[in-house]
Formats: sequence, structure tokens, C-alpha cells
Amino acid sequence: MPGSAATVRAELIGLAGIVERNAYLVKRYALWEVAFFVWTVANTLTIVFIAEGVEASGGSLDVNRQTTILLIGAVIWAYLGIIFEILTETVAWERWEGTIEYTFMAPLSRSVHLFGMGIFAVVYGVARAGLLFGVIAFFFDLEMPQANFVAALVVLGVASVSFIGIGMMTAVLPLISPEKGTQLGFIAQGMLLVVSGVYYSVDVLPEPMQWLATISPATYALEGIRDAILEGAGVGDLWNQLWPLVVIGAISIPLGLAVFRRGELYAKQHGKLKRSG
Amino acid sequence: MSRTATITSLATSVSEVNIGAPAVEVSNLRKEFVRRDRRRGHPRKRRVPALVDISLRIERGECIAILGQNGSGKSTLVRLLSTLLLGDGGTVRVFGYDVFSEPRPVRRLINRVSVEASFFKKMSSVENLSYAARFYGIPASETRTRIPMILERVGFPLERRNESMENLSRGMQQKVSLARALLTSPVLLLLDEPTTGLDPRSKLEVQEFIREMRATHDATILLCTHDLAEAEALADRVGILHRSELLALEPAPDLKKRYDASSLEEAFFSATGRSFELEEDDDDWRE
Repeated sequence: MPGSAATVRAELIGLAGIVERNAYLVKRYALWEVAFFVWTVANTLTIVFIAEGVEASGGSLDVNRQTTILLIGAVIWAYLGIIFEILTETVAWERWEGTIEYTFMAPLSRSVHLFGMGIFAVVYGVARAGLLFGVIAFFFDLEMPQANFVAALVVLGVASVSFIGIGMMTAVLPLISPEKGTQLGFIAQGMLLVVSGVYYSVDVLPEPMQWLATISPATYALEGIRDAILEGAGVGDLWNQLWPLVVIGAISIPLGLAVFRRGELYAKQHGKLKRSG
Repeated sequence: MSRTATITSLATSVSEVNIGAPAVEVSNLRKEFVRRDRRRGHPRKRRVPALVDISLRIERGECIAILGQNGSGKSTLVRLLSTLLLGDGGTVRVFGYDVFSEPRPVRRLINRVSVEASFFKKMSSVENLSYAARFYGIPASETRTRIPMILERVGFPLERRNESMENLSRGMQQKVSLARALLTSPVLLLLDEPTTGLDPRSKLEVQEFIREMRATHDATILLCTHDLAEAEALADRVGILHRSELLALEPAPDLKKRYDASSLEEAFFSATGRSFELEEDDDDWRE
């Protein structure tokens, strides 16, 4: 086999190894996964009940529509949480288990390593988000007669490229700060969503935050998915949301890789690329 | 004529090594770490040496042992060779490849067994070995047959291969660690205190495995150890690393002769002024 073909084959096998490892971890921690899913359901319920709560306290709103808006926001929050958790916590987890040195000294390119984690995160995250959406929608007996779930999935898929890029940037944080890096990843997730209209329209935000909303992929993801589910918008109708996501994705992936590489160099210079303890 | 040759070993993976190049060539290697000093009033950062002007050469197929107390720089040397650290000066080459500027070809040639077995503890030995093999481009079709074969070879009971690692003894875990290294067919094996904390029987099994690796797989071995007898029994040359400096690296009989000592322990004491048994962290000298 020619050298370049053999290298590509080895990288693809390595990428499969990353996915395989994460699948083993999900299997081995299956009961914990169930427990965390129950926690996510509880969290989502506390948010989605707000619409009914407002109506019960005398407010006037379309409860079905508002509940769906909140549900989409909560599901995207949970989805983004999974992407960031898998990308960021895996590095922290590897440090804790002590496997980090073996993974980083393996002849697998860092971009393939990170893409492997991103691919697993998206597949697992989409499955989990779909289940969460279904469970909560069933709980509230929501009606979504016009919903175009295929278009919503397309928007989520395109947005995921940007989310992976940002996740790569946060994944380096545990390398730089073993103690607090993971928490910084969660802060990034919160910052991203607060400017993106997760439970409200971005129009209600102060002007500087509205500007930040225009560069956040979550803004376009939330808008596009809401349009697809509430208004039945098709992929063609969602161009205004899709093209910014493509642009942000095209920037965030190379930027994410560059940030991670820079962080890895820093960790190698300062002796931080090692197990805990 | 091409400088490369192909070496195949048990796991059939093919490694390209530069013919004629030494397995390891370290020249004037220097590494420092920044440490926060809170004991002198105002907190401040200062640079402390981890390795000072280290030069050594290991020929292909050779086994060398490095002796040194905790904090002497042994693990730093192994981590530099493993491409996990960047040096602050000097060069390190593995089979002709610069470990700092060409880490990827180096990574194909090396593997390592350290004092901690380091696995995902909930996963089984087979699961841990499977995904690790993929990182070296070994597909599932090969590992399905090869992993049981290698586990059996290192003396791991196959009936326990699907148990979580956390249920295995330390000796068993270390055997899986050896299997992980063997699976990727390294031509340079870095052993960082691989027998520390093992019971005598497990220790002998690991030592026997090291001999076998060398004899049958054309492996070059760098062994960092606290065990003087182990160093003398396994290594062609023994080095003494003390306070970040390599004081000597020569065959054990020559080392004893140089320091006019009847044992390696005596030679170590003469070279360093410290007993090898004195196991407190050797960090105080950096004050």
C-alpha cells in the first residue's frame, strides 16, 4: 500500500478507536448514563413548566407554542452540554485515569483524535437529545402539527460542526489547568447560550450581547430549529440560518485545532501533559 | 540507497527505522520546570532544573538501566523520549528522528510501560487493548486474534480478559500494560519502574518478559528502576542519574571498578554520597 494511503488508513482506524473507546465507556457506565439522563429530564422539566406557570399566574400566552420554544432551548442546552462534556471531560478523565500519556504519545494525529471525539459526541448527543425531546414532548402532550424534524436535524448537524470547533477550544483547558479547566468549559457553554436566545428572543438582550449573538452558532441553531419545528420551515427556507453556521463552522474548526495545538505545546513545555497525582 | 529498513515483529506492524542511526542519541539535553515558591515570603516563580546537560547514546538492541532516587529526573527523561515534553536545550533523537520536531515517526517506534498501569479502570483488558491498538493503526480484524495471544504470552489468565481492570491485581494490571506495549511492536521500549510495587513472582515474570522482548523482537530497552539487582541482571550498561545529572553510564562491572565498589549499591553511594535506600524525594538540593 502506498505510504499516503497507509497513513490515511491508519488515521481512520485511529478515529474508529476513539469512537470505540467512548462507546465502551458508555456501555460500562450505562447506569450512570441513565441517572444523568433522569437528571437532564428533571432539569428540562423545571424550565419547560415555566410556560404553564405563567399562564396559571394570570399571564396570557400560547402555552403550547411557548412550551415548545422552551423545550427546544433546553434540549439544545443539554445537547451542547454533551458535546462539551465529551470533548472537554474526556481529556480530564484521561488525566484522572492516567491514560492521557499513552493517548498523547500514540501516533494518531491530534486533528483525527479530536474529530473522533467530536463525531462520537454528535452521534451520542443527537440520540440523547432526540430521546429527551420525545420524553418531554410526551409529558406535556405537545402538538407540533407543522414540525419538520428532518430540517431541524439538518440545522443541528450543520451547527454541530461549529460546536465541535468551540468544544476543541475548551477541551484544551484541562491540559492547561488540570484543577479548574473542566469547569471553564462549562462556563463557556453558559456564556454561549446566554447570548444566543436559549429561552427568549435575542431582541430582549442589551445591544453588546446582541452583537455577540450574531457570532454565536447557537443563535442560528436555535432560530433554525424553532422555525423548522414551530413553522414547518424546510431546509431551503432556513438558508439565513444555515449559511452563517457554515461560515462559523469553517472558521471554528481550524481555530479550535490551532488553539488545542497551542495548548498542547504549552502543556508539553510546562510538564502538564501527565496523569493527575 | 534508502536509509530505511523494515523490521517486523509479533504484531506484524511495520516500523521504519533509520539504518545506522543509534536507537537513542541525547546531546546536552536540558529541561527545567517553573515552580511557585511560597516559602520565601512573597510568592514567586523560579526555574528548577529537571535534567542538566544530559548526553547519552543507546545502540540498537541494547538495554540500559538508569538508577536514581525519586526526583532525580528519570521519569522526565522517559517523558521527553515519549514526546510528552519539550526540552529547553539540546537534542534528542530516536532512530535518527528528532523527538521535538518529528514526534510522529518517533511515536510509531516507541511504547512505554510505567510504574502505574494506567487504564480505564471500568473497561476490561480486551477493551483497553483494543482501542489502544487502533491508535497505532491496528484494525479489529487483527486484534480479535492477537490480543488473546499476547495476553496469554505475558501470563495473563484469559478467562479474566473481560473483567473490569479495577478487579485485577496490580501484577495482573502490569501484565496488561506489557501486553499493550507488545501489541504495537515498539523497537524502543521505555520502562519506567515497571516492577515497582509488584510481588516477587510478578516481578520475576516481568523481568523474564523484558529479556524475551530483547531476545526475540530486536527491541532496544531503556529501563529506569529503583532495583539495583534488576538493573545489573538485565542491562548492558547502568547509568546513575543524580540531581538531574547523569554521573555515569557504563557496564555494571566497570561502574563498580570506577568507584572501587564491591556492589552496585556501594558504587551508587560512592557516586552520589547518598544511600540508594534513602527514599525521600530528592528535591531538597534544589533550594
